[in-house]
Amino acid sequence: MATYQNIFTQVQLSHAPEMGIGMKPGSDPRGTAVGFNHLFGRFGQAQLGPIYLGWTGLLAILCGFTAFEIIGLNMMASVNWDPIQFVRMLPWLSLEPPGPEYGFSPIVPLAKGGWWILAGMFLTLSVLLWAIRTYRRAKALGMGTHVFWAFMSAIWLFLVLGFIRPAFMGSWSEAVPFGIFPHLDWTAAFSIRYGNLFYNPFHALSIAFLYGSTLLFAMHGATILAVGRYGGEREIEQITDRGTASERAALFWRWTMGFNATMESIHRWAWWFAVLTTLTGGIGILLTGTVVDNWYLWAQQHHYAPAYPDTGVVDPALGSK
Amino acid sequence: MKSTMLLRLGAVLAGAALLGACQVETKSVAQSGYRGTGMDQIHLVSDKKKIGEVPAPPYDPPKPGGRPAKEAYQNVQVLGDISEDEFSYTMAAITQWIAPEQGCNYCHNPANMASDEIYTKKVARRMLQMTRNINTGWTQHVKQTGVTCYTCHRGQAVPSENWTLPAKGNEDTILGNLHGQNKPVIATAYSSLPNTAFAKYLLDGNSSPIRVQSTYSHPSQYAATKNKTTTMETEGTYSLMMHTSTALGVNCTFCHNAGSFQPWNMSTPKRVGAWYGYRMVRNINGEYITPLASVFPKHRLGPQGDPLKVNCTTCHRGVNKPLGGVSMVKDYPALRPTGPMVTAAAAPAPAAAPTKMP
Repeated sequence: MATYQNIFTQVQLSHAPEMGIGMKPGSDPRGTAVGFNHLFGRFGQAQLGPIYLGWTGLLAILCGFTAFEIIGLNMMASVNWDPIQFVRMLPWLSLEPPGPEYGFSPIVPLAKGGWWILAGMFLTLSVLLWAIRTYRRAKALGMGTHVFWAFMSAIWLFLVLGFIRPAFMGSWSEAVPFGIFPHLDWTAAFSIRYGNLFYNPFHALSIAFLYGSTLLFAMHGATILAVGRYGGEREIEQITDRGTASERAALFWRWTMGFNATMESIHRWAWWFAVLTTLTGGIGILLTGTVVDNWYLWAQQHHYAPAYPDTGVVDPALGSK
Repeated sequence: MKSTMLLRLGAVLAGAALLGACQVETKSVAQSGYRGTGMDQIHLVSDKKKIGEVPAPPYDPPKPGGRPAKEAYQNVQVLGDISEDEFSYTMAAITQWIAPEQGCNYCHNPANMASDEIYTKKVARRMLQMTRNINTGWTQHVKQTGVTCYTCHRGQAVPSENWTLPAKGNEDTILGNLHGQNKPVIATAYSSLPNTAFAKYLLDGNSSPIRVQSTYSHPSQYAATKNKTTTMETEGTYSLMMHTSTALGVNCTFCHNAGSFQPWNMSTPKRVGAWYGYRMVRNINGEYITPLASVFPKHRLGPQGDPLKVNCTTCHRGVNKPLGGVSMVKDYPALRPTGPMVTAAAAPAPAAAPTKMP
């Protein structure tokens, strides 16, 4: 009977906690509390801490919590503070942006979208502060800032949807509501209004990178797990000290598709695919309504989409006007 | 060995669970557009049962001729020109369609049948005028199939599918304010879309335009031709389309090529029928039902004091041809007068006959 060995970490070693490298002079102090958790060790590292929060981390959590509370309490108020209705209706509940009558004015009554602007502001502050945190921690560890830039790419799409595009369009009502089903209905309505986002080439690129990301992730994860029995998960050592795991992984892909990524380049591929997903997606959203008003007609004009045979149906409104 | 058995059992159960969403029943499939566009309608054959029974005439229709009803009875304002016999026959049918339990007295004072003292009689008169107008003025929608009282009423005095203007909440507070959306109701196909689409699009002749897409690829530079419809407003149209789709038991591609909803020359001829349908509903609500607000008693009115109005579901009830496309009106000529009538919308006959799809 075949067994699959890599769902959980099989062996957990008990050791003195790794406290990490020393801080740069002038840095805020790092926490000293350290613990071990066996269950965590099954999925990742068993060690918890030491944690570095710092002012960016603290403010990011505070701002994120404020946004979360504004959204949640608005939703709860919309069902008259009824906890049962709140749970039952949660997927439908929403915090809506201001209506078209307010344009892009920052001064909107709280009940008519002002809360949405506030929630968006706090959420933006939160993610930006967290991004700064990833930058500063990477620098403190003498790392590259790849995580920061990848996060910024996601923030770019987030800001295009909620702030930059509404600013260009001059209307908050173009922004996305906070809510589970409401944001999905917004997505469909957005595509309907602008003539089918399917014909937006940047939308197409974004989807290609998104699906490509999942494919690369699956290929990479599968390869490393498959050479787990030769210690293939110890990638850093494998780069310099090439052993059977890395050799086999490389050979496997050369045999199956004639070409293989290296231990380093596979991560470059994955990073670019992930970053380009939201980067191209944001460009596609930003062009919609500002530069292109009907993507289907645009695609016809540029021979990007096929035309279908005329059905001979005539707009009945043409005769009556 | 035991774990092998368990694994096998698990695999069988997982396989069964994967198939759980499949419907093994026989389906009918009809292609409604060019190949590769996904334009088709797939229905369970057993769904045909949902169409509903068509009631037989109360008795054999009377032969034409005879004394006109207006000479036989008093206060006959709409059906005065038909014969006395046909008048009785029509009344018998209407009773069966609308008030089978209550009988004639639901509208009439038995001591004086001509009296208008019961409100339902005044409503019924207006509804007769409406039915005759639909059958003669809205043939682009009801075709030669026509409608009768039964198309909406289905044996009930108040058609079960109706709508009224939503209760006005305090818009200056977030307390209990769902902004006319974010509530799972059938009117929006249980989405979080605005549930005020009927009031916005189906109230009367002045209702908002339904179209949202531009007919040009780049935003117009000129204020006069600029499409100012916002994504937020588009949700209203989306909601109305979801209603229509649910009401007819069809998907978007019954009328549209989902590649682009807007161009008429990519749409099916059914879309033209729907276009007239929306205008017919506006006409029914605006000209015939809303003006009856003062006639109805309080308990027949909505929270804003407006009568119960119609939408697509009132007639369609989940099928694209109400009552399976059976023409009841051919047995009730009084409901489809020949001769000149006020036509509501004179527009060109559009759609070419549907051709066989490649």
